[in-house]
Amino acid sequence: MRIVVCIKQVPDSAEVRINPETNTLIRDGVPTIINPYDLHALEAGLQIRETAGGKVTVLTMGPPQAETALREAISMGADDAVLLTDRAFAGSDTWATAYTLSKAIEQIGADVILCGKQAIDGDTAQVGPEMAEFMDMPHISYIRKIVDVAADKLIVQRLMDDGYDVVETSLPVLLTVVKELNVPRLPSLKGKMAAKKAEIKKMSAADLKADEKNLGLNGSPTQVKNIFAPESKTDRTMLEGTPAEKIDTLVKELVGLKCI
Amino acid sequence: MYIKVKRELCTGCEACVQSCPYDAIVIKGAKAEITEMCQLCRACMSVCPEGAISEVKEATDEKETAQGRGVWVFAEQREGRIAGVSLELLGAGRGLAGKLGTELSAVLFGGTGHDALELIRWGADRVFHCDEASLQAFNDEPYAALLSKLITEQKPEIVLTGATPIGRSFFPRVAAKLRAGLTADCTSLEIDPETKNLLQVRPAFGGNIMATIFCPHARPQMATVRPRVMKRGTYDEARTGEIVKVSAKGIASRTKVVETVKEVSELAINLQDANIIVAGGRGMGSEKGFQLLLDLAEVLGASLAASRAAVDEGWIPYRHQVGQTGKTVSPKLYIACGISGAVQHLVGMQSSDIIIAINKNPDAPIFNVATYGIVGDANEIVPMLTKKIKEVKG
Ligand SMILES: Cc1cc2nc3c(=O)[nH]c(=O)nc-3n(C[C@H](O)[C@H](O)[C@H](O)COP(=O)(O)OP(=O)(O)OC[C@H]3O[C@@H](n4cnc5c(N)ncnc54)[C@H](O)[C@@H]3O)c2cc1C
Ligand SMILES: Nc1ncnc2c1ncn2[C@@H]1O[C@H](COP(=O)(O)O)[C@@H](O)[C@H]1O
Repeated sequence: MRIVVCIKQVPDSAEVRINPETNTLIRDGVPTIINPYDLHALEAGLQIRETAGGKVTVLTMGPPQAETALREAISMGADDAVLLTDRAFAGSDTWATAYTLSKAIEQIGADVILCGKQAIDGDTAQVGPEMAEFMDMPHISYIRKIVDVAADKLIVQRLMDDGYDVVETSLPVLLTVVKELNVPRLPSLKGKMAAKKAEIKKMSAADLKADEKNLGLNGSPTQVKNIFAPESKTDRTMLEGTPAEKIDTLVKELVGLKCI
Repeated sequence: MYIKVKRELCTGCEACVQSCPYDAIVIKGAKAEITEMCQLCRACMSVCPEGAISEVKEATDEKETAQGRGVWVFAEQREGRIAGVSLELLGAGRGLAGKLGTELSAVLFGGTGHDALELIRWGADRVFHCDEASLQAFNDEPYAALLSKLITEQKPEIVLTGATPIGRSFFPRVAAKLRAGLTADCTSLEIDPETKNLLQVRPAFGGNIMATIFCPHARPQMATVRPRVMKRGTYDEARTGEIVKVSAKGIASRTKVVETVKEVSELAINLQDANIIVAGGRGMGSEKGFQLLLDLAEVLGASLAASRAAVDEGWIPYRHQVGQTGKTVSPKLYIACGISGAVQHLVGMQSSDIIIAINKNPDAPIFNVATYGIVGDANEIVPMLTKKIKEVKG
């Protein structure tokens, strides 16, 4: 089984803020991490390898420092890693990102491709399904359980709003995973050694034989017009008095607002 | 396009260096210089006090805008039930169509003729309806293939759907195929009065920032829209419109839904659709604390939600979790009990109309988003509140 896991290096969004005066990101000291959902995708890949045999390749598109994320993935047990890095990829939206990653996967070769549900910087959840379309293969989103893996068939549970669907698919297939799927393992000592020595394969736009007009900003149908800070509530009322008084006031307000 | 610093204007103040999310600006010889790490996000352009940073367009940047007419809403149906967000989008879609002087159409896969008629009563001028059995259950490939085919034939300029597990899963395939821009999980949609482009506002970075996205050239402009942020239009039983039958002939799927399992306790029927939500966090202290919340939820007819900490404690199952890694809700009323208000929780509930926060720590961040705040012990306040509401309701 050839398994490719797409991982993204992201700023820890819990710590990203916007400067309300300049409307720019405050980034000082915000650490970068592997997108948390992608760790679950990697764990799923490693577990599939354990039952079905094969190889797990981790793939990322990003600036040269994204190599750190790939080494971390190797320390968890990935066999090898590919970094797509090129000035021409800058400014990619999900369309161009998915195009670029799918070009690389076509060269690497894959039976199962795993992605996180979404990346916590953009929160779009679009790159996985878009890649599947580019590679003309089925995809299933929000996988919460892998029920069965065979050479030509996979059965999974897909999380929905009101429960889950059991879905069967042919291979090759792309899956995006949610956190309930598994608990990602920690790096092993052996893995850490391997990560130090591992050679990370780097690929540029030329290596991908990609169509220039589909890359980076030029290949991106969407553009960011501006960013701004979310509104904060100014009309807050802190209720005063004894607990009973507070509740009296609250219930009166709620009745007034027709909530009760 | 690339970003350039005009050296003669640069004073070396480093404001841009601070602002760059990608570490792509260095100071060399007391002047700023953009390195190859630049991702063209333009963050630096607005901070430069001297206006020394600008973008340089290249010949290849100019593209023609594809044409299109009409606003479309994909109406999501699951087991014959139309999703609430689809009706909200018909409301929003009417407004957009009005501003563009064009028509509003709905697309329905599965469901019945009656469902199609209901979409007209909720505001659609036309419904493209495929009632074939193969499309009753959701599968990404056939939904994407048929919608792409319809869009290619009819050329709408805007196509919207709900940011639900279904919409967020198959719309990207359609966008990929059509080379269309797709904006995820929007919370506001406007038409730019000058360019007539669709301006799409959405949260990013876990809700810490908001971004306005637009598609200057590609058509259609596609978006998934967060449930419960747009208002439904008016329902008019007398409204008439056209129903266009669509065939799914020749459309195949490599995935198959073998079984659909419902997994919701009665009180959490559909958090996303709930009008009132009672939510608890670690501050409830135990499963017993959650029993108090259940009592309150019962008198209010509310659904029960929780923070991740409470789910991790095992007091309540994961499907009740609200936040970045759980569900996004925006009820009329959200009562947060013993929840600190970490940003990962806030992103899932801060668009609720009215938020009541009960927390014993007056500095808890949850109070920053609250409409009403009560500083106190939730285990004491909640039963009192339940009792009082019972009295009022009689
Ligand atoms: C990648 C990532 C994703 C995450 N996703 C989510 C998510 O989807 N949803 C989510 O909720 N969290 C999420 N979290 C976790 C989040 O950061 C917080 O840890 C979590 O929301 C805290 O839950 P809490 O407020 O219940 O607990 P705590 O932070 O422990 O807060 C408990 C609160 O209860 C108050 N309290 C204590 N006792 C009482 C009492 N008797 N009466 C009244 N008040 C009392 C305390 O003052 C405190 O404010 C995520 C974290 C990460 C890193
Ligand atoms: N630049 C990237 N490199 C590798 N994988 C990515 C990249 N961007 C997105 N992905 C994958 O696509 C998933 C969804 O990302 P997004 O659509 O950005 O929310 C992530 O969880 C990753 O698995």
